[in-house]
Amino acid sequence: MLPVIPLAALFLAAFVLPLIALVAISLFRTPQFAELSLAQYLRFFSDPFSIKVLTDTLWLGTEVALATLVLAYPLALVYAASGQLMRTLITFLIMLPLLTSTVVRTFAWIVLLGRDGIINTAMLSLGLWQAPARLLYTWEGMVLALTQIQLPLMALPVINSLLRLDGNLTRAAEGLGASRARVFITIILPLTLPGAIAGWLLVFAAAATAFITQTLVGGGRIILMPSYIYQQAVGVQDWPFSAALSLIFTLAVTGIVFAIGALSRRYVRGVDAA
Amino acid sequence: MEQALSDVRGLSLDLKDIGHAFGATVALDRIDLTVAAGELIALLGPSGCGKTTMLQIIAGFLRPSRGEVRFDGARVEHIPANRRRIGMVFQNYALFPHLTVFENVAYGLRARKTAKDVIAAKVEQMLGLAQMASFARRLPGELSGGQQQRVALARALAIDPGLVLLDEPFSALDKNLRLDMQIEIKSLLKTFGVTSIIVTHDQEEALSMADRIVVLNKGRIEQIDSPDALYDRPASLFISSFIGHTNLLRGTVTDTDRVQLDAGPEIDLGRSAQRRRGTPVTISVRPENITFDAERPGAIPVTIRATVPLGAVSVTEGVTATGEAVKVSQARASGLAKVQAGDMAWLAISDVSRVSIFSTPVDDVSKHQQRSV
Repeated sequence: MLPVIPLAALFLAAFVLPLIALVAISLFRTPQFAELSLAQYLRFFSDPFSIKVLTDTLWLGTEVALATLVLAYPLALVYAASGQLMRTLITFLIMLPLLTSTVVRTFAWIVLLGRDGIINTAMLSLGLWQAPARLLYTWEGMVLALTQIQLPLMALPVINSLLRLDGNLTRAAEGLGASRARVFITIILPLTLPGAIAGWLLVFAAAATAFITQTLVGGGRIILMPSYIYQQAVGVQDWPFSAALSLIFTLAVTGIVFAIGALSRRYVRGVDAA
Repeated sequence: MEQALSDVRGLSLDLKDIGHAFGATVALDRIDLTVAAGELIALLGPSGCGKTTMLQIIAGFLRPSRGEVRFDGARVEHIPANRRRIGMVFQNYALFPHLTVFENVAYGLRARKTAKDVIAAKVEQMLGLAQMASFARRLPGELSGGQQQRVALARALAIDPGLVLLDEPFSALDKNLRLDMQIEIKSLLKTFGVTSIIVTHDQEEALSMADRIVVLNKGRIEQIDSPDALYDRPASLFISSFIGHTNLLRGTVTDTDRVQLDAGPEIDLGRSAQRRRGTPVTISVRPENITFDAERPGAIPVTIRATVPLGAVSVTEGVTATGEAVKVSQARASGLAKVQAGDMAWLAISDVSRVSIFSTPVDDVSKHQQRSV
């Protein structure tokens, strides 16, 4: 028991106490901390704009998770079929984004996507585009940047569960007459689902809460929960409302994460949960 | 029912001059094998002998570096595994863990886009034959090893294969169950009339299952023969010690039909040794072909090391003056010689015609190391 006390103390001081404070603050009716009530929550749920911000944010997490999932499987299949040297190279490339700071990675995307950025310059000088396209400060640009940045969180668990898949299972399926596509859909996909779900949860939570990338690549015109909370707390100085926003957002993300975890445990048969 | 099943005819298999290398490592070399339709063949050999490579080539998971694979006379090297109509049973059964027993057996039929009612009837029939009908809704993880194996075989046979390949199918079963499953599966394969190839490193498995055994060693075929012929007339020193237990005794040819054993006596082979005088030879004598004898010229003197009762037989091991170990197997029913560890005893060969004679490998002669099996 004793060795965990420092960690428990840190957890208490840095997470539990602020969370309690957040709950307390959210229960005040005015920014001046007058009158206890559920007014802030009523305000959120009766305001279509706020609800739209929440659903947009959750949708962003879903889109990025889907995009990384679609990219991770081909990558994992190539990895599994590769030799040792190629595997080391792929692992390095996958890990690379994790080895640089979020700010650096995000600015790299700004350099790529900007009006005078690398992509626009290249396309214009090749004559493929007539005018510079608007890539930065768009939803698609933000999804693209987040997908690249979060890909390791999906690729690693998917690769891990693919490597644990018994090669005889795919051989057996092939021997029974299944095409490559059928083997993938009926054997590989269901049996690596725990890895995909683990990756999905990580990417979903990370993308939905990625304040820096959302703000810098998405720009000021796309309002999502992290920047909404920041704006209410720092800009408007409405602490009770931003505390309520924080709690609603936290509960929404963790609620979805737990729900998917529970569903997968119930419906994924015959596979060890990751 | 059996009448209808035996209409399913196995295909004939021909391997012609198959060779395969992984980089610089030669896995298979000059493999020629003909398997008749409906025959049950065992590929037997120690690990690394190339038997798994051979199985993968036949299955279509591996394309041989050279040579021809023919099914019913037609070449198939270019046909991928999923279009060869081969039933495979894997060492770990490779049942799909997320699918029920029914879905596992139906898998191959669904992949072939068979009609639903046909699938249901076929799966029911296969599970009935495998005595697994009441387990259709279970997941593989809920079955015992023997039950999983039955399902694996039902799944392989459900696609009406012309050829069934079984890769070490009994090694995951405990010993008591093994013989029962061997008998059951042999009869099931024979009922189907399907051509079958079992890959194994277990000689007992090969002897009990196969019509003919192909012994592989270091990527080459050492001998292809019936189980009895392999046991009684092994073609090489390797086979004589790989199939069953044997005693290897060194000696030198002294006359057309005589061998002077290093261990003492000169023995009369009763036939030509087919080697020149002075050739170093190793003779192979099965433990059941040796008896205790009185002290006399021609008997082999040994010091008894231990006696091990093995149920129906009792095995006694002695050591010759040259350090060669000799095992004597006696049937318990015929009364046992009373010997104890440390005793001197004299051994004789009961039937000289069942002794095999091989030239001693050159590197062994130079080292002149003792061998025991």
